[in-house]
Amino acid sequence: MQRWLAETGRAAGSVFAGVFVAGLTALAVMVLFVSWIWSFAALFVVAGLSPIYDVLWITLIVANPWLLWWIFDRLGDVHRARFRRILREPIPDPPQVTFRDLVRLRNPFVPWRMPSTYRQFAYHVSGAVINGLGAVLMLTCGLAWLPVISDWWLSLSLVPLILGIPVVARGAVAADRAAGRALLGPTKAQQLSRRVDDLARSRAEVVAATDAERRRIERDLHDGPQQRLVSLAMNLGMARERLTDESPPLRAAIESAHEEALAALTELRQFVRELHPAVLNDRGLDAALSGIAARAPVPVRLTVDIPVRCSPTVEAIAYFVVSEALTNVAKHAQATRADVTVERVGDQLFVSVIDDGRGGARLSDGGGVDGGTGLRGLGRRAAAVDGTLAIQSPHGGPTAITVVLPCES
Amino acid sequence: MRVVIAEDSVLLRAGLTTLLTNAGFDVVAAVGDGAALLRAVEEHRPDAVVVDVRMPPTHTDEGIRAALVIRRQHPEVAVMVLSQYVEERYATDLLSTRTSGVGYLLKDRVAQVSDFLEALRRVIAGGTALDPEVIAQLLVRRPSDPLDRLTPRELEVLRLMAEGRSNSGVAEQLHISQSAVEKYVSSIFTKLDLAVADADHRRVLAVLRFIGVSAP
Repeated sequence: MQRWLAETGRAAGSVFAGVFVAGLTALAVMVLFVSWIWSFAALFVVAGLSPIYDVLWITLIVANPWLLWWIFDRLGDVHRARFRRILREPIPDPPQVTFRDLVRLRNPFVPWRMPSTYRQFAYHVSGAVINGLGAVLMLTCGLAWLPVISDWWLSLSLVPLILGIPVVARGAVAADRAAGRALLGPTKAQQLSRRVDDLARSRAEVVAATDAERRRIERDLHDGPQQRLVSLAMNLGMARERLTDESPPLRAAIESAHEEALAALTELRQFVRELHPAVLNDRGLDAALSGIAARAPVPVRLTVDIPVRCSPTVEAIAYFVVSEALTNVAKHAQATRADVTVERVGDQLFVSVIDDGRGGARLSDGGGVDGGTGLRGLGRRAAAVDGTLAIQSPHGGPTAITVVLPCES
Repeated sequence: MRVVIAEDSVLLRAGLTTLLTNAGFDVVAAVGDGAALLRAVEEHRPDAVVVDVRMPPTHTDEGIRAALVIRRQHPEVAVMVLSQYVEERYATDLLSTRTSGVGYLLKDRVAQVSDFLEALRRVIAGGTALDPEVIAQLLVRRPSDPLDRLTPRELEVLRLMAEGRSNSGVAEQLHISQSAVEKYVSSIFTKLDLAVADADHRRVLAVLRFIGVSAP
């Protein structure tokens, strides 16, 4: 019962608040309209009085539509606030522009190209009608007995009309809600496109964060364990140099410890390279790629043309594409040579790895056959920044892997 | 032999100092950044500097820039550059003026103590010491040129020459006789069109050609 009362109260409050805002809207329209007519009249009737006045009138005439648009936008905000506060109905803001946007876009007519301008206008009208009708009916229900208060029985018999108030309030609010949802917020298409924007942004953030994390781990490994391991191996090496006439078992132990430390160092370096090579950060793709090309087991011809560096995320993806592709070449292709080309054309980075092997590589789902998993991983990484990966690998070869990445992801 | 060490990691700086002192070098200064290195070189006039590439303040290529200044201003000082990774531009920058008295090794190599000391001594004696990875990487970018005429074995010999090894060093590495090495070397000179007249420079020119630096 209490809740029912509270809801009714809220509905009634919403209706009267809606009427109040509609009143403000009407007042604003009236003031603007009068000032517009007044400006025309003043301009033509008392023209030439003073150039200052003429300028003022012309400014008022010209600025009027923008003032109207701005006030409608703000009153739309007030309606949305009313929906949110009183009716607990959050309606997201439609795409809106500010005066600053008009200056930035160098196009003062943007507001009239936006559907939200007309939809808000439509709401101002329909909301005024709905809430106005609701308020009038509620007042009628509540106060119908007042004029006949002198006639006791008649006025008393009209009192039950009060029971109509909740019905009217709820009906008005339901209609208002429907109109508000349909006209005050963004359209379905706008909602979807906003959602797509949000998703694209959050995905890019996740990808960039993963990348940043890899870089951080690389730095930490370099500053910590790697230095210690070099130092350890160096000390063991020194011990090894000086222990020429010690007992053979001791020498053997130190020798093998030194070898182990060197092997650990090599493994760590390998690991760091696969994680995120420091050279990529410091010197860019060109330098980093010549490193993997040099370490590839088959001769690689490398051509890199990147006049302006891409974003770190894209550089990392391109790097790992080439790295993984060359690993595949070594493992599966039985190739004798490979060509790696990386070039930036406009905002896109083209990466291609071509080998003269036996072909037959594909993005298989069946595990590691033909290097499918590695290639699929590459496809996923490229797709994460809206890039594409294509493989052409007829049986008998050659195999060409082409990746196109947008540079600024 | 007097050496200045520039390395920003305290641990490695101490390690290198001990390593070189034990090996009979006189470590006259051990500093942590490029500016301090240049001051130390001015002050001590060492025979050699051992420089880390990544140092404060930017942690990118301070070491290389300091090394290039030293190469220009103090040609008598041998420069041994240690790097976390291979960047061929660093190598070509270092070698572009002269190929003598310069070394470029991956940092991990200092752990192979005897090899590292040998390389350092070679650099101080006016030779070169290039990391095998540096050379492999320089080869990738090599445009097609007379080097394509070399056989794989000759390329291997040339690669070892570029690392800074003498004929006997090459022979030892490849387990072949010194006369066989001499035969390869003269064949390399012929194929690279290096006339007998520049006998003294031929070796350096061949190496320069190999690593893609245009000889002066």
